[in-house]
Amino acid sequence: MNAILATQTTDPDPLIIAGKHYHSRLLVGTGKYRDLDETRRATEASGAEIVTVAIRRSNIGQNPNEPNLLDVLPPNKYTILPNTAGCYTAEDAIRTCRLARELLDGHDLVKLEVLGDPKTLFPDITETLKAAEILIKDGFKVMVYTTDDVLIAKRLEEMGCVAVMPLAAPIGSGLGIRNPYNIRMIVENAKVPILVDAGVGTASDAAIAMELGCDGVLMNTAIAAAKNPVLMASAMKKAIEAGREAYRAGRMPRKLYASASSPIEGTFF
Amino acid sequence: MGFIEIFVNGQARQVPKSCSVACLLDEMDLTGQRIAAEVNREIVPRCRYPLHTLHSGDRLEIVRAIGGG
Repeated sequence: MNAILATQTTDPDPLIIAGKHYHSRLLVGTGKYRDLDETRRATEASGAEIVTVAIRRSNIGQNPNEPNLLDVLPPNKYTILPNTAGCYTAEDAIRTCRLARELLDGHDLVKLEVLGDPKTLFPDITETLKAAEILIKDGFKVMVYTTDDVLIAKRLEEMGCVAVMPLAAPIGSGLGIRNPYNIRMIVENAKVPILVDAGVGTASDAAIAMELGCDGVLMNTAIAAAKNPVLMASAMKKAIEAGREAYRAGRMPRKLYASASSPIEGTFF
Repeated sequence: MGFIEIFVNGQARQVPKSCSVACLLDEMDLTGQRIAAEVNREIVPRCRYPLHTLHSGDRLEIVRAIGGG
């Protein structure tokens, strides 16, 4: 608790979502790992404070002493962000969020994603808007997965979503940021945090997202599907920090021709 | 004692008549686990598990958090 308070008071550049301060701008998913131990080690190496989880049926008849994800990533240490992955209708997404809130003792921060098509996993925007409206009325704090459509991102913000999360590329594709200009326009027009969610493949993709001015990046496959997930988690942590610092520092202007770094005066040849 | 048939996560299951959600969870070794429960699409809050009696044909969903992105 003291450590959290210290972070809040000393971090000059916190990420603030729904009024809560975070030091890390990297949010990670917990899917696709070999086992829970690898999940734990990669999550720790990423430095993430917000981790996404999926809500699924309990396995009936399996060993009840089998470790639970929330034992490995305890809610008193991490902000648990339940997602609505796999939902193709607003109704299913809302039902999932309500179960998640009950599961997490009233914790009301959720990642809303309503998918439109299993091949691309692109979001269904009409269902997403419908679900967001109902969830916000129901008291949820909604972080919403969307396309990189500038107007839809603004609409979701105006509805009251606490963060808007445009995709960089299809979920799990690792293609990197396919439309940096749209992401930049979304960032420039936003008053809520904008996080790139999905599509990052490697550290440089994460750094680019941050250099564009994004407030954070949410990723899963880029870490979990790396040959060495724990090392990639560490790389992503550094890329996010480097990209953020570069954004804050303000990059030099691009020039077509050279400009010598050493003075011309004083040459003796 | 009579039994009724209910459906838990899509599977048919026999439970004693007037069994509560708490009694079902106990039978399934799920007492104290981090789960959430729905009966016929209505969430049953944890504090109501002992009070919520199951009826023949009830459809329950019992969910937990697992890895996901």
